[in-house]
Amino acid sequence: MNNTQESANAREYKNTRTRAHDKIKILPQALEVMQKDGIESFPNECCGFLYGSETDVRQIELAVPVVNSKEGDQRRRFEISPLAYMKAERFAIENNTTLLGVYHTHPQHPAIASEHDLAKAMPYFSYVILSVIDAKVDDVKSWRLYDDKRAFYEETVELENFS
Amino acid sequence: MAQIIIPTPLRKFTNNESTFTTKGATVKEAIADLTTTHNGLAKHILDDQNNIRTFIRIYVGDDDINTLEKDATAISDSTVVSIIPAIAGGC
Repeated sequence: MNNTQESANAREYKNTRTRAHDKIKILPQALEVMQKDGIESFPNECCGFLYGSETDVRQIELAVPVVNSKEGDQRRRFEISPLAYMKAERFAIENNTTLLGVYHTHPQHPAIASEHDLAKAMPYFSYVILSVIDAKVDDVKSWRLYDDKRAFYEETVELENFS
Repeated sequence: MAQIIIPTPLRKFTNNESTFTTKGATVKEAIADLTTTHNGLAKHILDDQNNIRTFIRIYVGDDDINTLEKDATAISDSTVVSIIPAIAGGC
């Protein structure tokens, strides 16, 4: 299944569902960390955790890069180690913040959630994807899983200082 | 009593509580205690045979239970148990 088909399927499915939240605001300092990580890791995928707060709008205040622990070719895959995830949850508790999601890059590919992203996605988390084309961040999108895990819906991303 | 850290995506099943305190003496007992108290969690952590799902890892302290005694791993009052979902993907 290619990205276009998958996106169409997700759109069709979305029409049958009610979304709990559909907007995510990414503060400039968090965006800067993700952009820098994406560029420095190119042509490989990078990844990290997203922390922040949630009222009417989900707000990403902090992005923390973590090692892409995927063995082998990292140009099209990422993986976060269980130990890194455990530390991320502890960090959130100790710093009175909330682990709201994960970011990763799609080098030379659009910022569309793929079937590989869907396979291990968790409900509730925002999956922010940066498309990095020729070592430049070209697009930023955020995806969230329906509770029944069958598809993603796209969150409206509010960015400052992105050009 | 041992403490279980609930991963953020599953906290809607624990009334948004980030931790759960259990009297369980092993990981298996602790998970059973947790999923009985918050029964919406069970299908996300356990498979149809009541085993821990393959995409969920359980850590006791800093150690994966698969390197210890699996779900028979003993826990004590000072133990912190973490439930960890797999995080992976790509384009």
